[in-house]
Amino acid sequence: MHLILFIVFAGLCLTGAINLLLQTHPINSALSLIVVMTSLAVLYLLLGAEFLAAAQVIVYAGAIMVLFTFVVMLLNAGREERTLGSRVARILGFPAVTAILAVMATVILRSEDLGVAGLRDRITTTQDLSAVLFTKLLLPFEVTSVLILIAILGSVALARQGDGKTRVNIGRTAGK
Amino acid sequence: MNPTLGHLLQQEIPLTWYLLLSAVLFCLGVLGFLIKRNLITVFMSIELMLNAVNLSFVTFAHQWHEVKGQIFVFFVMMVAAAEAAVGLAIIIAVFRARATLAVDRIDLMKL
Repeated sequence: MHLILFIVFAGLCLTGAINLLLQTHPINSALSLIVVMTSLAVLYLLLGAEFLAAAQVIVYAGAIMVLFTFVVMLLNAGREERTLGSRVARILGFPAVTAILAVMATVILRSEDLGVAGLRDRITTTQDLSAVLFTKLLLPFEVTSVLILIAILGSVALARQGDGKTRVNIGRTAGK
Repeated sequence: MNPTLGHLLQQEIPLTWYLLLSAVLFCLGVLGFLIKRNLITVFMSIELMLNAVNLSFVTFAHQWHEVKGQIFVFFVMMVAAAEAAVGLAIIIAVFRARATLAVDRIDLMKL
C-alpha cells in the first residue's frame, strides 16, 4: 500500500515538476506547481507528518499558489519565448546541475544506516509538534510573526501605486 | 485480518527513495531557474527547490524520530510565505516600471 501510494504520488510530483519546465505559459506552470505541492503533502502524510501535510495544502497549495496565480492574472503575463537560457547557464549551469545531482545521488545511495518507512510507523501528531514549538522554540516562533508582519508591510509598500513619475512612465509605454 | 491486506499494510519502502525524489526535485528546480525566461516562473522554480528541501527535512525527521526536523519545515514554510509576498510585490513593481516580465529585458543590473 505504502509502495503504491509512494509510486503514484512521487510520479505525480515528478510529472508536475517536469511539466512546470516544459510549459511556456506561466499559468500552466503555476497549476502544475500546485500538483507538485499537493502530492508532496500526501508524501508528508506517508512519512507521518500530519500537521505538515495539512500546512502544506493550506499554506503552499492554498495561500502561496493563489498569490502566484493572482499575480499571473493581474499582470496578464503572456507566453515566454522558449530558450535554453543564457550562455552562462548553458556553459556553467547544466554541468553544475548534473554534478549536483550525481553527488547527491551517490551520497544518498551510499549511506547505509537509512531506515524504512511503512504505514504502521508512529505518526507525529500536532500535539507532539506544538509541545516542542511552544516550549523550547517559543522565541523563534514569535520572531516569525514579526517577520510576517514586516513582509506584509514591505509588500504593501512595494506594490502600492508609486509617485506620479512611474504613472507617466506607464502611460508612455502603453502609448507605444 | 485478511492476509493480503496485512501484507499490504506491512510493506515498507526505504527512505533512500524519498531522498532521491527530493534530490531530483531540487535539480529540476535549479534547471527551471536556469532555463525559464519569465520572472514569475523563475520565482516558482525557487519555490520548487524549497519544497524539495522540505521533503528531505521530513524524511530525516522520520529517520531519527525527531520532531525538530518537522519544526524546521514549519519555519521554512513561514519564510517562504513571507518571501512569496515580498517577491511578488517586487515583480509587480518591476512590471510597472518596465512593462515586461522577460528576464532578458530586465538586465540593468547585469554585468
